[in-house]
Amino acid sequence: MIKMEYYLVVSTILMFVGIYGFVTRRNLLAMLISVELILNSVDINFVVFNRFLFPEQLEGFFFTLFAIGVSAAETAVAIAIIINIYRNIRNIEVKNLREMKW
Amino acid sequence: MDYTSILPLMRAELTLTAILVLVFLYDLIAGRRGHHYFSAVTCGLLVVQVLVNLVPGPEGELFGGMFHTTPMGGVVKSILAIGALLVCLQADQWLQREDTRHKQGEFYILTLSTLLGMYFMISAGHFLMFFIGLELASVPMACLVAFDKYKHYSAEAGAKYILCALFSSGLMLFGVSFLYGTTGTLYFDDMPARLTGSPLEILSMVFFFSGLGFKISLVPFHLWTADAYQGAPTTVTSYLSVVSKAAAAFVLFTTLVKVFAPMVEQWQTLLWIVTVLSITVANLFAIRQRDLKRFMAFSSISQAGYIMLAVIGGSSLGMTSLVFYVLVYMVANLAVFGVLSTVEQHSGGRVSLEDYNGFYHTNPKLAVMMMLALFSLAGIPPFAGFFSKFFVFTAAFESGFYLLVFIALLNTVISLYYYLLIVKAMFITPSDAPIATFRTDSYTRLSLALCMAGVLLLGVVSAVYDGIHLFAFGL
Repeated sequence: MIKMEYYLVVSTILMFVGIYGFVTRRNLLAMLISVELILNSVDINFVVFNRFLFPEQLEGFFFTLFAIGVSAAETAVAIAIIINIYRNIRNIEVKNLREMKW
Repeated sequence: MDYTSILPLMRAELTLTAILVLVFLYDLIAGRRGHHYFSAVTCGLLVVQVLVNLVPGPEGELFGGMFHTTPMGGVVKSILAIGALLVCLQADQWLQREDTRHKQGEFYILTLSTLLGMYFMISAGHFLMFFIGLELASVPMACLVAFDKYKHYSAEAGAKYILCALFSSGLMLFGVSFLYGTTGTLYFDDMPARLTGSPLEILSMVFFFSGLGFKISLVPFHLWTADAYQGAPTTVTSYLSVVSKAAAAFVLFTTLVKVFAPMVEQWQTLLWIVTVLSITVANLFAIRQRDLKRFMAFSSISQAGYIMLAVIGGSSLGMTSLVFYVLVYMVANLAVFGVLSTVEQHSGGRVSLEDYNGFYHTNPKLAVMMMLALFSLAGIPPFAGFFSKFFVFTAAFESGFYLLVFIALLNTVISLYYYLLIVKAMFITPSDAPIATFRTDSYTRLSLALCMAGVLLLGVVSAVYDGIHLFAFGL
């Protein structure tokens, strides 16, 4: 059986890949995908902890289910806003969102 | 489970849900004539909400401890409802415009649902409940920020807000997942006994703190604030700067003091640094702002830093001063935003500092009200802001943070400088094209009158502070 640590390594890598992508990507959709990576790493964490450390309860599983549902709702709103930006300025590059600075 | 206890313990949430449904139905059936009175209907319902919940309910738990009400939480909920009421009063003139009239219903429903999310966040007894409340508060808020669909600013602000909110809740959940891994529970009540203060738990506490820090916009996490505040419609900005910030600050207090009690030394150090940074950096940045909405964004960051002074001691005095500070900050800030928004509506979108030159000569009443509110924000004695700052400083001082209080005191002087910049523009600097004289509509006048009453009376009438203090036992 695969040990718990391996899962945690995967989820931590996923988390920091997400943070790196959020900081470096220059396209709103790519940033959104990076944030989704972070949320997925959290879901893996909860499930792994529940399965390996506290298998008698289901708290972690339920948290994961709710987190997936809520992040889907958030993504829907984010994409709606991004589409609106696209309608206004005809692209979604971050470098064009510089009307407001400092 | 005893279902009869739901009504007294969830009173605020139940009434607010009922109001939400009623507003939704009204939007559906009112028709064109009825939409003219939309603001009156919503505000009337919110007045009912405030009156029904004026006396906080008993303390108790529901749903196996997932939902935990305290009397202090009830007080904060009433304060938030008052804030939402004032914002809805100010919203009417903006929502009666030709381009926004058809989406009045959306505005009120979204506002009320963020309020409901904050209520659940305040009463959470479990991290899942807390997370859902937080998201219910921040997802509709993103829609509100991007409300002016055809304005590029608004969409840009909405994108910045929702991406930062998503990112911060991701960080926060990452911290919570490690808390779960080390303790095996997500209940607020069980967590402190199982926390050992190991490095992993400190790491998760920091992640959790940064997630909430985004919501309160403390300094290392504040970069979205100015842009979102500037781009959002002014009414939404006032809601964002007051109500959402107040709820998050209260929740930060309760979670740090209750859940993270075994790690008090670590989070006090963290909070110390963050407080100093918030107050100082935000004050320095506020000085160079020319756009008043952006200016108020930095002012609200530094005010959040002052609120953190109440949190750092973790005492019941701190809790009282926090709630009092939030109340006073709310009325003063909403007065400023009320003036900003009415001027913006009547002058075709003028919000920069230079536009306010000579404002006193054309609109003396509004100028005086704005001046009083700014004095209250700066903390000049006869106004409520002085007393709230005084109590916050006392709370931090009693817990032994002398240097921190000293730095905060120095910063009040800086903040006085930049608040006076606006007063100088309004009263002294002459202008070739001042904002023309106009007549404010009655809703805004009512809300401004209420705010002024708060600014002038809250500090002097000590019954308010004593009344809040009655409920501060056991936090």
